[in-house]
Amino acid sequence: MKIKLSLFLIVISLAILSGCQPKEPGTAGAGSSSDAASKVYVAPGQFDEFYAFLSGGFSGQVSVYGLPSGRLLKVIPVFSVDAEKGYGFNEETKPLLNTSFGFLPWDDAHHPELSQTNGVPDGKWLFINGNNTPRIARIDLSTFETSEIIEIPNSGGNHSSPFTTENTEYVVAGTRFSVPFPQKDVPIDSYKENFKGVLSFITVDPVSGRMEIAFQVLLPAFNYDLAHSGKGASHGWTFFTSYNAEQSNTLMEANASQFDKDFIAAVNWKKAEEYVKAGKAKEMPASYFHNVYDENSHMATSTEIKTVKVLIPSECPDLVYFLPTPKSPHGVDVDPTGEYIVGAGKLSADMAVHSFSKMLKAIESKAYETTIEGIPVLKYEEVLAGMVSSGGLGPLHTEFDGKGNAYTTFFISSEVVKWKVGTWEVLDRVPCYYSVGHLMIPGGDSKQPFGKYMLAMNKITKDRYLPTGPELNQSAQLYDISGEKMQLLLDFPTVGEPHYAQAIPAEIVRSRSKQFYPIAENTHPNATKSEAESKVVREGNTVRIYMTAIRSHFSPDNIEGVQVGDKVYFHVTNLEQDWDVPHGFAVQGARNAELLIMPGQTETLYWEPDREGVFPMYCTDFCSALHQEMQGYVRVSAKGSNVPLKWWVGNQQ
Amino acid sequence: MVLAAILLVFLFLFPIWKITLFAPQYPGGISMYIWINKITGDTPGTLQNINILNHYVGMKLIEPDSIPELQYFQWVIAGMGLLALLLAYINRRPLYLAWVVLFLILGAAGIYDFYLWEYDYGHNLSPTAPIKVPGMAYQPPLFGKKTLLNFVAYSYPNWGSLFFGLSIFSGFIAFWFSKKKSK
Repeated sequence: MKIKLSLFLIVISLAILSGCQPKEPGTAGAGSSSDAASKVYVAPGQFDEFYAFLSGGFSGQVSVYGLPSGRLLKVIPVFSVDAEKGYGFNEETKPLLNTSFGFLPWDDAHHPELSQTNGVPDGKWLFINGNNTPRIARIDLSTFETSEIIEIPNSGGNHSSPFTTENTEYVVAGTRFSVPFPQKDVPIDSYKENFKGVLSFITVDPVSGRMEIAFQVLLPAFNYDLAHSGKGASHGWTFFTSYNAEQSNTLMEANASQFDKDFIAAVNWKKAEEYVKAGKAKEMPASYFHNVYDENSHMATSTEIKTVKVLIPSECPDLVYFLPTPKSPHGVDVDPTGEYIVGAGKLSADMAVHSFSKMLKAIESKAYETTIEGIPVLKYEEVLAGMVSSGGLGPLHTEFDGKGNAYTTFFISSEVVKWKVGTWEVLDRVPCYYSVGHLMIPGGDSKQPFGKYMLAMNKITKDRYLPTGPELNQSAQLYDISGEKMQLLLDFPTVGEPHYAQAIPAEIVRSRSKQFYPIAENTHPNATKSEAESKVVREGNTVRIYMTAIRSHFSPDNIEGVQVGDKVYFHVTNLEQDWDVPHGFAVQGARNAELLIMPGQTETLYWEPDREGVFPMYCTDFCSALHQEMQGYVRVSAKGSNVPLKWWVGNQQ
Repeated sequence: MVLAAILLVFLFLFPIWKITLFAPQYPGGISMYIWINKITGDTPGTLQNINILNHYVGMKLIEPDSIPELQYFQWVIAGMGLLALLLAYINRRPLYLAWVVLFLILGAAGIYDFYLWEYDYGHNLSPTAPIKVPGMAYQPPLFGKKTLLNFVAYSYPNWGSLFFGLSIFSGFIAFWFSKKKSK
């Protein structure tokens, strides 16, 4: 009886306990899934409406997706080597990754930015910042390849970068970390005395896209977090958020969060141009590298630049103003008219929106709170247009739909809030899965947003997909914003961590996309433009193999006379002139990677044979029905051997 | 008759024949254009692409420089044009008809010659070809559609042939009207 009673009690208590467990929310997501599915369904063989370019964050690359399907179209290697494409492994692209620190195989890529004409993305180029060792890269959207990388001197953590002006007159690069200026060995505690924050303005040639650092602006040692340039009325200005006005250099999570307000730095770059023209810029010694890839020679060159022009605000009145902005502002976003500047105080619930016209009035009436290092701090009340009482927590970034609405991400409350520009009224809110960082609306930071979709890029993924061990992909969610209410359509994993993205109607880019490189325009110094010209040349212990690839053989495919310890260069030219016929090239024991050579291109693989033998080489990209036969041998003899240098293909020995 | 001569100028501006190949890997097709004096493709690389495909089954390379007809046929056309102008000047009715008949014979010979080349390319295959299909020939059609392994080949006259035909027709018209006039 006792046993029965105690069993009964155990059963009862277990039942109560399990009943008390909080219920999982269940599958969160699209309300009516069939409706959402039809909106993202792009039938096989059909094309997406938009190209979306997502940064890879710590992958250092850019991934290209089609929207609304979420299909991955390409991963473009930018700041990190990519063995798949031989990027940074072949001799031609190594110079792209050269810096004042030497060859760097990695960086942290944050913010893709499309070039603009008249304030609208034009589909010519995509810029992206390297955060860790400050650089900006330019990707050519006719080839989807990295064309240029420029290093930024006097900078550390190139985060508020590379935001463009209306006609891509400039892309900007602000430093997240202030660093000693110029860089030198000083005690870290001498931060306030020795450290500075530098904002760089980089010109972009409208035809070639070629970048050049026009000038830098020397600012107090704050952390310059994000930026956006003015448009329309505010064209000619660029706005940078800052945090750590406290100027702390340790335990920043607390020490940089003490002041109620930090600043948005408003830089009048048209004024800066005048100062530079008037010779007010100081020519400072520097060392940074400018790397350019030439599409005809298929080679990059790296050049050191040794000076940079620096403007000092205390000597250049009207160049910079500070707009006090609450709670360590992160994103700074300018609405399509150029009037409103949204500063997202990341530690608050509300967002301060500044007015550009009020800012001009405050400047005119000298409504200054104080002055910091010669930079006037405008009175907060004099520049504030309004507050968005969002009801969320941790606002980060805002984009616009071109219909008078703004969409802001909230990291802490994990949601996107839609609000009305001008009335600051909250219209709608949707959850994100989970902890959204940036969001992107096609053209959403331009003068004429294309609208229709909004993509939320999330920092935490957890249970959204099948688990893949401790390391999960990041996650993106696509919402339909064409109606009054935002509707979740699609959820897809991303490559690396997408900090930000840009999207553009597919047609603008698609019509300019190249299919192959004309062989007649190949100016590579080691190109072999016909099979008859293929050869092997020895110069001392350097052996150059001038090789061609065409379906389905290499020429030469048999090589003898190479010796242990030789420096062997395989200069392989793909003679194909047809769309989608790349050839790969690999040789056993190569300590770098393969080559992946597009039609009409020449690429070079360096190989140092370390042992005697006969080693296979082959085509790595399935090119044709006889791809598996596309192979050959290279014979390696002992150092000083008298095996003659010979090469052939077929019976032409 | 002068018109007949003028129309022949267009043969230098437009191809006379077009062969298009479709395959799973070529959804948009690849087209080769045969002119009176050259062979071209959709792109400068087209001929190379067709040769690459052809070499797998052992077909000879199509090398326009080694085809003598492409050297001299343009002079035949130019000669017929000059002859037409000369006849217009002489203005003798039977000679008009003779010109038309001569040109018809030349045209027929040209098409027969084209057929012989196609036959040669399609049948005269290398014994060391990677892909050998017993009994298979790869002669493209002279006119119409034909399936060759994974390819579907279409072969039709192009604009140049229209002008060729119009030239003969206007020669015949010249003959016809001068006949009526002389009555």
